[in-house]
Amino acid sequence: MTSEMIWYLSRATGVVSIVLLTLVVCLGVVTAGRRRPDGESATVVMGVHRWLSLGMLVFLGAHIFTAIAEGYVDISWWAVVLPFVSGYEPLLIGFGAIGVDLLVAVVVTSMLRHRMPERYWRGIHWASYGMWVVALVHGFTLGTSDQPVLRLITVACGVTGGLFASWRVAKTHADKERRTEISLQEWS
Amino acid sequence: MSEGPEKVRLGIDRVACTGHGICAQTLPAAITLDEWGYPIIIADQVESGAAATAIKLCPARALYLR
Repeated sequence: MTSEMIWYLSRATGVVSIVLLTLVVCLGVVTAGRRRPDGESATVVMGVHRWLSLGMLVFLGAHIFTAIAEGYVDISWWAVVLPFVSGYEPLLIGFGAIGVDLLVAVVVTSMLRHRMPERYWRGIHWASYGMWVVALVHGFTLGTSDQPVLRLITVACGVTGGLFASWRVAKTHADKERRTEISLQEWS
Repeated sequence: MSEGPEKVRLGIDRVACTGHGICAQTLPAAITLDEWGYPIIIADQVESGAAATAIKLCPARALYLR
């Protein structure tokens, strides 16, 4: 495989990663919004959230590996986890590294969730929003700068996630909504 | 051990439960939902593999083995 192919592969896996990450974040937001049970949807949402998050890691791993292994630009292996030490675009690669660090924290705590206090897991899981934002900034500023279609995908991811997050922020009274719905329902 | 899969008993942490309804969907023979969407245990014995899945999938971590 030529070096040029690896570079394209790196960009492609980066774009797929941000799309999948956005999807995972949206599914998590839907679960956190505590909708009233409606058939199978909550189970499907939760299952896809869990498994797609791990599936996304494959694409992210390929993205990181190819970006460094390709060797055209100077990115050290340390730059994967240490922000702002990359020779190439230290600030923008740094956003990616912050995203990786937050991702590792979120994934590891989720795997150990049943072995740690819920409030720690919850607190660290909130970092997912920050991780998603730095990933978007990293993708928007770096990889897709000369490709309008790819940049549009990143923007679409940001808009979609933003809409889901706003729905979540607006839905502060899940129990009250449920009470209203129940009282409107016919007695069985 | 007797024949057949191992059976376990499940409990629900009523304070932690936020009524997503995933346990009732995963274990339809053992858990049903009240009209509010909160779980009611209807069978005491649950197959252990299915129970483990339901415990893992609960977003509120409110389902546990008794």
